[in-house]
Formats: sequence, C-alpha cells, structure tokens
Amino acid sequence: MTKKDIFVNAAFKENSVWRQILGICSALAVTNLMLNSLILGLGVIFTLALANFTISLIRNWTPRSIRMMVQTLIIASYVIIVDIFLKANIPEISKQLGPYVGLIITNCILMGRAEAFASQNKPLDSMIDGIGAGLGYTLVLLVISFIRELFGFGSIFGFKVLGDWWISWNIMVMAPSAFFLLAMLIWAINTYYYKAKA
Amino acid sequence: MDISAFVLFWAAIFTSNILLTNFLGMCSYLSVSREIESAMGLGLAVTFVLTVTSALNWVVYHYLLVPFGIVYLQYIIFIVVIAAFVQFLELLIERYTPALYYSLGIFLPLITVNCAILGVSLFMIIRNYSFIQSVAFGAGSGIGWLLAILMLAGVRRKLKEKLIPVGLRGAGISLIITGIMALGFIGFSGIVQVQ
Repeated sequence: MTKKDIFVNAAFKENSVWRQILGICSALAVTNLMLNSLILGLGVIFTLALANFTISLIRNWTPRSIRMMVQTLIIASYVIIVDIFLKANIPEISKQLGPYVGLIITNCILMGRAEAFASQNKPLDSMIDGIGAGLGYTLVLLVISFIRELFGFGSIFGFKVLGDWWISWNIMVMAPSAFFLLAMLIWAINTYYYKAKA
Repeated sequence: MDISAFVLFWAAIFTSNILLTNFLGMCSYLSVSREIESAMGLGLAVTFVLTVTSALNWVVYHYLLVPFGIVYLQYIIFIVVIAAFVQFLELLIERYTPALYYSLGIFLPLITVNCAILGVSLFMIIRNYSFIQSVAFGAGSGIGWLLAILMLAGVRRKLKEKLIPVGLRGAGISLIITGIMALGFIGFSGIVQVQ
C-alpha cells in the first residue's frame, strides 16, 4: 500500500466513526459548537498521529501480554500534553471541553488504530494512518456540529449567520439531536458511499 | 457543592444520565446490547467497578496527587488505578467464583476502556465532589448506564424481526432508539439540576 492509500483508507474507506462505530462518545458530546469540535478534533489528530508513531516504534520490544497497558500509557502521556497546552493557551475552551479532553485516552479510535495498524506497521506509515483517522474523525465532528450550531444558535464558529428572525431550535443544543444526526449521517453514508442494497 | 449525596445519586441515574446526556460509554453500549443477558452482565460489572474506582480515585487524588503537586498526572494515574482494579477483580472472581467468571469474565477487559469509568472520575474532580458525593455519583452513574443498556437490549430484541432500511441496520437504528430514550429522559430534567 502506498502512503496515499493508507491515508485515504484511514480517513474515508475505513473511517472509524461511520464504518467502525468507534469513538462516538466525544463525537456526540462536544458537537453543539463548531469551535469546540475543531479543537477536540485537532487534539485527537495530534494524539493519534504521535501515539501511533510511538507505538509502532516500540512494537517489536513490547511484550504481547502487557501491550494494552503500554499503549494506554503512551496515549495518556500525549493527552496530558494536549490538555496542558489547551489549559495554557485557550483556557475558556479548555473549560468548556471539560473532561472530554482527558477522555481522548479512552476514545476507542486510539486503541483501535493502535491495535489494528500501529502494532503491525512501520512508524511513518502508522503516523500517516493516525493523521488520516484523526482527520476522518474531525470531519464527522464538524459536519454534526455545523448542523447543530446552525440550527441551535443560528451561528457558524460563533458568528451569527442567521439574523434575528431565526428562532433557535433548543432541541439541537440538547443531547437527543446528536444521536439522531449521527444516525442520519451513518444511514446516508451507508446508502450512498457503500451502496448498501435493500 | 452542597447537594446531598442522596439527591446526587438519583440525579446521576435520571436527570444527568451518564450515557443519555453525557454520551459516555457508547462503544460497549452499542456493541454489547444484542442480548439482554450480556447487557445485564456488563451493566452490573460497570456499576460495581464505577462505584469502587470513583472512591479509589477520590482518595488517590486528594491524598496523593494534591499533596505531592502532581495533579497534571491525573489522567495516567486514574487509568492505571482503573486498569489495576479491573485486573485485580478479574483474578479474584476467577479464583473464588468460577461460575460468575464465565458469565462476567469476558466483559471485564472491556471495562478498562469504557469511557464512562474514567469520565465519572474526571467529573467528580472537576465538580469538586466530597468523598460521599463521589461514591453516590459513581454508583448512580453505573445504575443509570445499566438502565440505558438494558432498555436498548430490550428494544433491539424486538427489532430483530422488523423491516429496517439496510443502511440503518445495526448502529444507525440503535442510535435513533437512544435518541428517543434521551428525549424521554429530558422529561426528568426539571426535578433536580446538577452541573
């Protein structure tokens, strides 16, 4: 597989969220505002790329029986870096994201990619796979948060785009809409992208 | 925070359900909800682990991390505490109750990476709960999670013989059902508010 194939595969064909249904905890929780989604997405890309790289680097020296623990600790170290960076530079958003930054550790995408790809492939390939999977994840976050923020607050990235005549849909800010929108997204992608036959 | 532990316990089950309003623990919620028996097994295991680890992590945070000034290591420490406890529990159950081990054992490794466990530990630190409050919050969250996965398993059993659009089968329809359940749970939200 070429580097491009690895990237496309991780980001679209085998997208963690819509294809493997992984990591949707945070995909749902932070998506009422686009800015929060973008920041969390970037955090996930960073962690995923570097954690995949590191895990792949030491894959031949990691005993199989404790590899889960080793992977978790590597992931957790990078998440701490992200957390400290966010707290120092954009404290308000860090506060809004709350525990969801820390929860990148238990985001199934990270363990999933580490197990499925990084533990069997070369470091550079693993890093590309990580960036691809992270971008695919961020894409889903942005699509869902675009709809939720537009209808829920009438704005995009915090800028009002719908005027005062717009009556915000409260349901879009609340939890259930996230479930419905993700289900719709998965349905649409299954039907048009994977051509699921009736 | 001066909410009584009792109120917090009920709030964690109904008004701020860990799964339906905070979206934690979705992965295993969607994958283990095909059979009611396994949903029950995993739910009980999660409830138990949640209650104990929220107590353990509270003690570790306030008597170890804060005095030594290493609060920034909380993620690593919390995940190690959770993983170690789950491992310990697995050994214990295997040694003393083999029957329980065969019905519950396969779920235990899943629990370490269940975001609900780490999520509750992080929430209790951010919201500054006392020890009693944390345990009540942990137990309530566990029962809330158990309730949600049992309801989904019950609905999914009925769905087996229904006609569902192909693209929506599996995760899609489960998410829609969960959305409807979350709508229902909004009905509780006027009772008490914890945020």
